[in-house]
Amino acid sequence: MTPQEPPTQRVAFAPNWGARIGWLLLAIYVVYAGSQLGFSAERFSAGLEHGHRFLARMFPPNFSRWELIASGIVESIQIAVIATFFGILLSLPVGLLAARNLTPVWISWPTRGFIALCRSFHPIIVAILFVKAIGFGALAGVMALIVASIGFISKLFAEAIEEISLKQVEAVRATGAGFLSTLIMGVQPQVLPRFIGFATYQLDSNLRNSTMVGIVGGGGIGAALFTAYQRFDFDVVLAILIIIVSLIMVAEIVSGWARRVFQ
Amino acid sequence: MTVAESLNHNWQRFTPLQRLSRFGFYLFIAVALIASLRTIDVIPEFLYDAPEQMADLVSRMWPPDLSYVRPTLKGLIETLHIATLGTIIAIVMALPVGLLAARNVTPNLALNLFAKFVFVTSRSINSLVWALLFVAVFGPGPLAGTLAIAFRSIGFTGKLFAEAIEESNKGSIEALTAAGASKLQTLVWGYWPQVRPSFWSIALFRWDINIRESAVLGIVGAGGVGVALDTALNLLYWDQVAVVLIAIFAVVILAEIVVTSVRARIL
Repeated sequence: MTPQEPPTQRVAFAPNWGARIGWLLLAIYVVYAGSQLGFSAERFSAGLEHGHRFLARMFPPNFSRWELIASGIVESIQIAVIATFFGILLSLPVGLLAARNLTPVWISWPTRGFIALCRSFHPIIVAILFVKAIGFGALAGVMALIVASIGFISKLFAEAIEEISLKQVEAVRATGAGFLSTLIMGVQPQVLPRFIGFATYQLDSNLRNSTMVGIVGGGGIGAALFTAYQRFDFDVVLAILIIIVSLIMVAEIVSGWARRVFQ
Repeated sequence: MTVAESLNHNWQRFTPLQRLSRFGFYLFIAVALIASLRTIDVIPEFLYDAPEQMADLVSRMWPPDLSYVRPTLKGLIETLHIATLGTIIAIVMALPVGLLAARNVTPNLALNLFAKFVFVTSRSINSLVWALLFVAVFGPGPLAGTLAIAFRSIGFTGKLFAEAIEESNKGSIEALTAAGASKLQTLVWGYWPQVRPSFWSIALFRWDINIRESAVLGIVGAGGVGVALDTALNLLYWDQVAVVLIAIFAVVILAEIVVTSVRARIL
């Protein structure tokens, strides 16, 4: 009989010291960053007082200038729809060129760089540049959101193409199909449902951003929102915000429906 | 039915209802697009000289004014703090709401819908608009920017977090409940280990987005590198604008590389 090993003490849920130190470091960072940004209790309490007055001026929401709000909202929707359509149209070739399994490296890498460039600037910065280049108005907003859509859709589209099964592509090619037919019959059916997913997501996202490009002169409801804000008409601001939130809710329901249709 | 007839059957990929709804979708898109294109207010004269204006813009931007690097860097550090702190505050607020939204943790439809409403509100108001509201409350500065980032991120992080909780495996939860664990204990020892990878991935993903978003908050006075951008824009110093844009581009690319490498390690 071999001598029995003494049973080692095992704790059911052993403390994880590495994780604890990590959380501690995170807490230290929060305190440090807060002090760097000048957060203090006095500012918070002063802010809460302001916030009280601010909320009091917001209620009840003032819909009396509904004509102005309606025309702004309609323009925002127009910007979003047009930007999404042309953004997707341009993303199709760009995404295809960026897919590493279908295109040679010397094309795919520069295309990926271009996509990264489109993605890294916030739409508002792009909108500022377009407002300078083509003047105030909805067109600048449309152009800014097209750039944002290209950055987002082409990247996801390229990834979707990279994940397809090449067996179907090969089968279509084996029947003697050319490049275009291979794309339409071999690649398109595999990526369409995911693609509709990105497209509806991008429509939602463009709708959200189209309510904002007006702040820098890009057209849409943002202009009315910013004017009301600068005139301290906070009740109109609240009215506009309520309408934006309900618009986005409707858009999410519609895009959920579209995704189910294409499942 | 004879064999010949059954072989002759005309196979179709979609049912009539599917085809009808797809057709309806395309029709809807076409009508929306045509209606938008026909009614949108565009001044075509502005388009004609757009290439000239663009060339003018680029020539004014080049060469970048290197003396503006110092204020840009200062703003950039502030932007990083705003993005990181904003993400942390957002997660702290999103966790309880995410638990309320997850149907397996909170089996109460009213609370689920309430949490969903919080998410939609948070996501539909743009970070710039959140920043406007917080500037009105707390005054201009990074505090307003941090809170704007935080409130804007609740919806995104909370929604994804609730989905991660709903997808978690019931087995270990049942085992813990059977052993007599309280609700809090099942959360900490049952759900948390299962959602931890997606939690970190959501947090990193949102941090990456927030760096982009916090770089522009300065335009409405909410701190960060956007203040430097706004100053240069208002003074029409396009060579200084170029410095800020290059700096933002570098930081965004750097953040993306960091996030990709960290995700590859923890997932």
